[in-house]
Amino acid sequence: MAANLSAVAYLISGVLFIMALRGLSSPETARRGNYFGIAGMVIAIVTTILNPHVLGFDLIILGLGIGAVIGTVIALRIQMTAMPQLVAAFHSLVGLAAVLVASAALYAPESYGIGIAGQIKMASLVEMSLGAAVGAITFSGSIVAFAKLQGLVKGDPLVFPGQHWLNLLIGIVIVAIGVVFVLNETIPLFWLLVALSFLIGFLIILPIGGADMPVVVSMLNSYSGWAAAGIGFTLENTALIITGALVGSSGAILSYIMCRAMNRSFISVILGGFGGEAAAAVSGGRSDKSVRAGSADDAAFIMKNAGSVIIVPGYGLAVAQAQHVVREMADKLKEEGVTVRFAVHPVAGRMPGHMNVLLAEANVPYDEVFELDEINSDFSTTDVAFVIGANDVTNPAAKTDPQSPIYGMPILDVENSITVLFVKRSLSPGYAGVDNEVFYRDNTMMLFGDAKEMVEGVIRAL
Amino acid sequence: MEAAVIDPFVFRLAIFVLAIFVGYYVVWSVTPALHTPLMSVTNAISSVIIVGALIAAGPEEMSIAKIFGFAAIILAAVNIFGGFVVTQRMLQMFRKKK
Repeated sequence: MAANLSAVAYLISGVLFIMALRGLSSPETARRGNYFGIAGMVIAIVTTILNPHVLGFDLIILGLGIGAVIGTVIALRIQMTAMPQLVAAFHSLVGLAAVLVASAALYAPESYGIGIAGQIKMASLVEMSLGAAVGAITFSGSIVAFAKLQGLVKGDPLVFPGQHWLNLLIGIVIVAIGVVFVLNETIPLFWLLVALSFLIGFLIILPIGGADMPVVVSMLNSYSGWAAAGIGFTLENTALIITGALVGSSGAILSYIMCRAMNRSFISVILGGFGGEAAAAVSGGRSDKSVRAGSADDAAFIMKNAGSVIIVPGYGLAVAQAQHVVREMADKLKEEGVTVRFAVHPVAGRMPGHMNVLLAEANVPYDEVFELDEINSDFSTTDVAFVIGANDVTNPAAKTDPQSPIYGMPILDVENSITVLFVKRSLSPGYAGVDNEVFYRDNTMMLFGDAKEMVEGVIRAL
Repeated sequence: MEAAVIDPFVFRLAIFVLAIFVGYYVVWSVTPALHTPLMSVTNAISSVIIVGALIAAGPEEMSIAKIFGFAAIILAAVNIFGGFVVTQRMLQMFRKKK
């Protein structure tokens, strides 16, 4: 009876998690959705603690307390620009937790009702090894992603000959060890499986360049879900199975959206190496072209006399922490009677939706921020496109030059507006290492300098 | 031959497959502006893996499994609290035009 009750409670918790995600369909319902998620988590934890097998509470309370303090402090202190690193770090924790829970189930199967040590049900051994392997890959892969995003290791792809063959070989060995482990329940083989999975997680993510990090972070999100689902089968727990499936498909969809936004196939991202060779191939040959440079005063004059302005922010805005001054500039322009909108490219930040969060942080109302599909046709009827810290996502080479590494990527058509104001530190190419012909157009005025200082200059001049 | 009994595993597999479809449709309906909160909240809820950790840490006598459970509780709790709090922080920022 009690078992049925707790099974129902886990089901309710799973449903609440679905509603948490459902709430995110609009910002109005999103906050309520988050409370559903918290309620689902409380129900799952309380139900488990009421389980008759759970008798010793000292370590549980201590563990929850330590985790609560660390988690809350980090969440309250983290800068919004650092969200990609934070999410990567959190993924690694889910991965490691999955490994630990699988190990616990292996050493104490009685607690989970899956047999006794040495005679665990074969199905449980399969689920356990899958959960542990995917968890280990998530852990080490996320550590690498975190290190790259945080700038601890260089974002450049790390490529060496025979890399893919080595990965394939390790992959085959992992599967073989998994099979032998499931048949014999040999504990050392389990640890070898985990160790090799850690290793392959490092090897898969290391060759992937910084520009592909949005895909990697989404992909690891997906992996953490599949790991949780695998453990959910071992524990025969509905909440965990539902959540794992939700998170797994969520991460997979986000990876797909990011790949589409960069016109990259998922396979080519995984195979890695993007960013490095491209940068070498496309330098030089631009010295003969002339650009028109302007000052903050010129920019202020042009925008003040414009009817409509679309601001196109990119990652450079985040790096310069310029989101607040940009909002201030937008407010000043609105006072002058100018229509101001923001255009956000799906890969404008370092993770899906990152730029929207940064603009929201700077109090830009979300109904003034538009996605690529919503706003792209409006550039042709707009007086000024104000591009700040965005390069590759505005580069027409994506449409015109089949040789370009970003060819086929959907871009924001800023060059169609009457005037383009392009804030940039120098003429250096963007992340993908591609020169941008918008710089040399007659209707473009380059505003050379630090994004934040330039915008502050514009505000003073307004 | 006795009446055919379906292995409970099959039911769980059914739940899993259906939940993937639910996830597919729900996530496509998430507005792109909220994709970052989506990632942080999925991160928080996937830490429901803590239920496995609680069971491992549950027995009164000390064992290696209990230590694994304890470590996993800390990791999952960091994620749960961190994930929900940071999601809430982000969602508070999304305001409409006044």
